[in-house]
Amino acid sequence: MAASTTAQAEQYDFDIIKKFTVMAIVWAVVGMFVGVYIASELAWPFLNFDSPYLSFGRFRPVHTGAVIFGFGGSALFATSYYVVQRTCQTRLWAPGLATFTFWGWQAIIVLAALSYVTGYSQGREYAEMEWPIDILIEIVWVSYLAVFIGTLMNRKQPHIYVANWFYLSFILATALLHTFNNLAVPVGLFTLKSYSLFSGPQDAMTQWWYGHNAVGFFLTAAFLGMMYYFVPKHAGRPVYSYRLSIVHFWALSFMYMWVGTHHLHWTALPDWASTLGATFSIMLLLPSWGGMINGIMTLSGAWDKLRTDPIMRFMIVALSFYGMSTFEGPLMSLKDVNALSHYTDWTVGHVHSGALGWVAMISFGSIYHMLPRLWNTQMYSTKLINAHFWLATIGVLLYITAMWISGISQGLMWRAFDEFGNLQYSFVESVAAMYPFYVMRAVGGMFFLAGMVLMAYNSYMTIRQGVRQAQAAGQPAAVAA
Amino acid sequence: MFKNFKHEALETNTGLLLVATMFAISIGGLVEIAPLFLIDDTMEKVDGVRPYTPLEQRGRDLYIREGCYTCHSQMIRPFRDELLRYGHYSLAAESKYDHPFQWGSKRTGPDLARVGGKYSDEWHVQHLIKPTSVVPESVMPNYPWLLETPLDYSDVGDRMRALRTTGVPYSATQAEYDQNVKQFGAEVAAQLHIPDAQKNLVAQAQAGNYDGDRSSVTEMDAMVAYLQVLGTMVDFSKVKPEDLVKYR
Repeated sequence: MAASTTAQAEQYDFDIIKKFTVMAIVWAVVGMFVGVYIASELAWPFLNFDSPYLSFGRFRPVHTGAVIFGFGGSALFATSYYVVQRTCQTRLWAPGLATFTFWGWQAIIVLAALSYVTGYSQGREYAEMEWPIDILIEIVWVSYLAVFIGTLMNRKQPHIYVANWFYLSFILATALLHTFNNLAVPVGLFTLKSYSLFSGPQDAMTQWWYGHNAVGFFLTAAFLGMMYYFVPKHAGRPVYSYRLSIVHFWALSFMYMWVGTHHLHWTALPDWASTLGATFSIMLLLPSWGGMINGIMTLSGAWDKLRTDPIMRFMIVALSFYGMSTFEGPLMSLKDVNALSHYTDWTVGHVHSGALGWVAMISFGSIYHMLPRLWNTQMYSTKLINAHFWLATIGVLLYITAMWISGISQGLMWRAFDEFGNLQYSFVESVAAMYPFYVMRAVGGMFFLAGMVLMAYNSYMTIRQGVRQAQAAGQPAAVAA
Repeated sequence: MFKNFKHEALETNTGLLLVATMFAISIGGLVEIAPLFLIDDTMEKVDGVRPYTPLEQRGRDLYIREGCYTCHSQMIRPFRDELLRYGHYSLAAESKYDHPFQWGSKRTGPDLARVGGKYSDEWHVQHLIKPTSVVPESVMPNYPWLLETPLDYSDVGDRMRALRTTGVPYSATQAEYDQNVKQFGAEVAAQLHIPDAQKNLVAQAQAGNYDGDRSSVTEMDAMVAYLQVLGTMVDFSKVKPEDLVKYR
C-alpha cells in the first residue's frame, strides 16, 4: 500500500490538491462561523454592536462568499484536480498555472470579504464582488479552464470519465454566467464602485439567470462530478447506470439555464419569462432524480457499508438531501406556492437543505476519502467522523425545520385578513413571531459548525500523522506538504 | 449523419465535448434574456419616472453599501394583501433607472418599494439610528454612523457620468440638458445636469433638512432623501389599470 501510494504521489500532482483541501476546511469553519453569527444577529440583534463592520447587511455576503466560493470553491478545485488526474491517468497540465489558481482564488475570497465589510458591494446576491475582484476571478477562472482542458487532452485513457463532464460543464457555465452578470461601468479607475450596465427587469433577469445557475452549476453540476467519482470509488462499485449518467448530464446542463426566472414570479418581469422558468424547473425534477437514483443505486450490493462506514453515510445522506431539495425546488417554482414562499424564510431553508445537506455533506465525504490518500496515512479517528456525521445531520434538520415553520408562518401571516377584510397582522407582528424559530435556526447552525470543527481537528491530526510517518520513513518530499 | 452517432464520439474528444456542452448551456439564457431587450412590452409607458437626483443617488449607493437588499425587497406583487400593506404593485418602469435593480429576494423587514412619504423624515432618522426606539419588536441593526458621517460627495459627478454611460439620461452637454427639459421639465432637468451635481446635492440636502441639521450634509441626509422618493414618482391616480394589463 505504502509503495503504491508513494508511486502515486510521483505520478500525480498532489501538492496543489493538498493546498486546496486544507483551505476548503479552513473556509468551511470561517464561513459557517459567520453564518451562525448572522443567524444569531437575527435572533439577538444586539450582536450587530452598532458596528458597520458587523452589521447584518454587510456581513451576510461575507458568509455566502466564504461558504460558496471559499469552502465550496476550494473543495471543487481540490476534487476536480484529483479526479481529472486519476481518471485521465496523467499529471496536471501546466502545474504553475494550477498554483496560480490556488493563490488567485484565495486572494479573491479574502479581498471580497474585506471589501464587503468596508462597504463595497455590487448589490447583487452571490455576485457582490466589485469589478477589480471580478476581473481577477475571470483571469483565475480562464486559467482553471486551461489547466482542466489541458489535462483532459493529455489523458492516457481514450474515454473522458463522466465526472469530468460535470466539472467541465461547471467551469464553462460559471465563466459564462460570471462574465455577463458582472458587466458594469466603474466610477473611476481608482475606485471600487461601479454601476451595473443593465437596469430594472433586464438586470433582474440577468442576475437571477446567474443566481440560480450559481446553484445549478457551481453548487450542483460540480458536486455531481464529485459524486460520480467519489461514491463509486468509495463504495468499490461501478456507477449504477452509465446510460442514466449520460441522460442526467445533458438534461441537467441544458435545463438548468432556463430556471432562474422562478426567482422573479409575480414581479415586474414579463409573465412569459417566469412561466418558462417554472416549466423548466418542473422538468428539471426528472434529471435531478435520475442522478440521485444513479448515485444511491451505485451502492447496491454494498449497502452494509452504511452500517460501518460514516464516510459512505455522508455520501448517501447527501444524495438523499439532493433528492429532497430538487423536489422542493420545483414545488416552490409553482406560481401558487411561490406566492406564499417567496420573500420568506422558506427560501432560506430550501437553500440550506441543498447547501448543508447536499453540497457540504458530499464534500465532507469526498474530503474524508481523499485525506488519507493524499497524505498516505489513515484517518486519525473514525469515531470523530461518525460524531461529525450526527452533528451535521441534526444541525441540518433543525435548520430546515425552523425555516419551514417560520417561512410558512410568515407567508400565511402576511396574507391573513380579519373578518372585516383588513390585514390581520402588522408586519412587525410577523417579525416578533419568528423569534423562537430564529433561535432554533441558530442552534441548528451551531450543531453543524460544531461538526465542522471536529472535522478540522480530525483532519489536522490526520495530516500531522501523515507528515510524521513520512518523515520517519525518510521521505523528505512529503515534508513540503 | 446522426444515424450512426454514438455518445462515445463526445466522450473521446475533448473539443467536441466542449462545444456540445457550451451549446447546451447557452440556449436557455439566450432565449430568456435577449427578448427582454428587444420587446417593447417589457417596460410600461407611464409618466413621472425620472433618474434620481444627485443626493438621492448617493443615498441609493449607501442603501447598497449597507446591504439593505438582504432584508428588504423593493418589488410589490399584484396581490390583495400587498396592495393593502404596501400599495399598487411595482411597475417595471419604476426601476428603469435602477443600476443595479434592488428588487430583493427576502422580507426579513417589510417591502420598501413605496416607503416614500409614508413616514416623516424625523421618523426615518430615529428609526435608522435605533429601530427599536420606534418599532420595539424590530430586529434591524442600528445605523448610528449614518448621522455621524459627513457625506462624501466629491465624486458624485463621476458617479453620474458612469450611470450616464449605462444609459441613464444625466446630461453632460447643453444639448442633452435641453433634451431633458423637454422630457422631464426644467426643474428635474436641472437636477440631472452633471456639471451642477455638487451644487444641486448640497442645495437639496439643505432645503430638505432631512437629518434636522442644516450645517452639514451627512450620509443620513442622502439615505432619507432616497427612502422618501421610493415609489412616489408615478401618480397612480392618473394610471388606468387597463393600460398596464398587456405588460404582464
